[in-house]
Amino acid sequence: MTSFKNAGGGDIIIDVAKIIVENKAYLSEIDGKIGDGDHGVNMAKGFGRAADRLADSDSSLDEAMSVLSDILMSEIGGSMGPLYGMMFADMAECIEGQDDIDAALFLDMLTAGVDGVQEIGGAKLGDKTLLDCLIAAKEAFAASVENGETFDVSLEALKESAVVGRDGTIDMIAKIGRAARLGERSRGVVDAGATSCCLILNILSDGVLKRL
Amino acid sequence: MQRFINDPDNIVDETVIGFVKAHPERVRQDENNPRVVISKHAPVKGKVGIVTGGGAGHEPAFMGYIGKNMVDAVAVGELFSSPTAKSFKDAILAADGGAGVAVLYGNYAGDNMNVKMAKKMAKKDGVVIQTVVANDDVCSAPIEEREKRRGVAGEIFMWKIGSAKAAQGASLDEVCQSAQKAIDNCRSVGVGLGPCTLPAVGHPNFEIEPGTMEVGIGHHGEPGILVAKLGSANDIADQMVKIVLDDHNLAQGSEVVVLVSGLGATAVNEQYVLYARMQEQITARGLKIHKAFVGNYFTSLEMVGVTLTILAVDDELKQLLDMPTDCPGF
Repeated sequence: MTSFKNAGGGDIIIDVAKIIVENKAYLSEIDGKIGDGDHGVNMAKGFGRAADRLADSDSSLDEAMSVLSDILMSEIGGSMGPLYGMMFADMAECIEGQDDIDAALFLDMLTAGVDGVQEIGGAKLGDKTLLDCLIAAKEAFAASVENGETFDVSLEALKESAVVGRDGTIDMIAKIGRAARLGERSRGVVDAGATSCCLILNILSDGVLKRL
Repeated sequence: MQRFINDPDNIVDETVIGFVKAHPERVRQDENNPRVVISKHAPVKGKVGIVTGGGAGHEPAFMGYIGKNMVDAVAVGELFSSPTAKSFKDAILAADGGAGVAVLYGNYAGDNMNVKMAKKMAKKDGVVIQTVVANDDVCSAPIEEREKRRGVAGEIFMWKIGSAKAAQGASLDEVCQSAQKAIDNCRSVGVGLGPCTLPAVGHPNFEIEPGTMEVGIGHHGEPGILVAKLGSANDIADQMVKIVLDDHNLAQGSEVVVLVSGLGATAVNEQYVLYARMQEQITARGLKIHKAFVGNYFTSLEMVGVTLTILAVDDELKQLLDMPTDCPGF
């Protein structure tokens, strides 16, 4: 198949939320090395509430992303609330009203997500943030689609590059947010935001792969 | 350490409830948003509204500075985590008396994003908004990058002066100019002797080895400029005054207001021990102290440590600072 249905795609977001909740302790632990140690706590709170509200709702993918976005922006706050809130809001807006999502539209959706995060957060590639994972994943997907690869092959490329992007943050010095105060001391530790972003992108891709 | 906790996930909600119950004559909770606390006097028709907000865990900041001639509404976030954009927006709407709203906050990444979004939302409701960002923490970035510095206890002076200006009937521009002048004239430094723990995390997320101190520590345990051997109170007082005044570059004879704030778990008597020496050092540099505040004005959960803030004042700032207020924090 070259596309999947927007309708019923909300279950993918429920799966994404479950993985975030399952990784609550792990995300907090890595955040604790150069941050507050509350990344997992706050993420699990927001994504867990979204899973509860979406359960049995039979939402479309864009509806589910909007519900998640609203919760992150109006109930979670911090830095991750607006960053992931904007990412999911802009991705939802991109596919709203579409019945079928093909690789080209999926790429537009990822691009909208990247733009949303960049506009609100102001971080650049290499600043040791979730963008280092998100941009790497989006670009790998774009390159694969451009090379004429199929949707499913391109999603595998996306997943691989998300991991590479996440691990690339280990050697970076944080340039933005609280960890930036650590300077050189922030090197050697994976970024918690890039880690949660990698989980999100992997589960999102797996959900799409199952539906292709 | 033993703590007073029911459920770590509810600690902020319970903090706000307790605060509102303790000060019913001064504040109320927003009917539709439990994370917004509003002055009983607000909104005042024709007066510029004053809003601030930030993560919980800094009590009496931020809610404690709500009151007459002080802040009108506050957005409350999770512990050490920015309030939501919605809470900032609801605080802005609650404070709006038709003359615009000044959002005076602390330059942390989350706050910057959430205030930016709140501004967009509240504009749709027709509210005119300006922001002033505090950046008094000397060790959070070099002076050439002052825009990157974070706001710490100096925020209290920014709120006090901006709010007093608003109470005098000044325009939104004038209120923000005075608040900006206050923060421009303000420098702070922190010293940490012991870390703090987010209850939901359960262990400290930074360490301070016994016998050492973190000089220049931030309001959430952000590392400072050096880890030094723990000195005597006088040695620490000397270092703190030096860091602040070397950065400040004030002319001989300048008048200043001094604020020593405990970070949560430092006895107030130790803060007075520090102040005794700081007062000598500050006056020895040819500065005149107009007023001093010593106590737990802006804390960081149960961190052991203090901050020192020195505000240079002129006649305008003195008059605004001295205007009476009845907020719980002062």
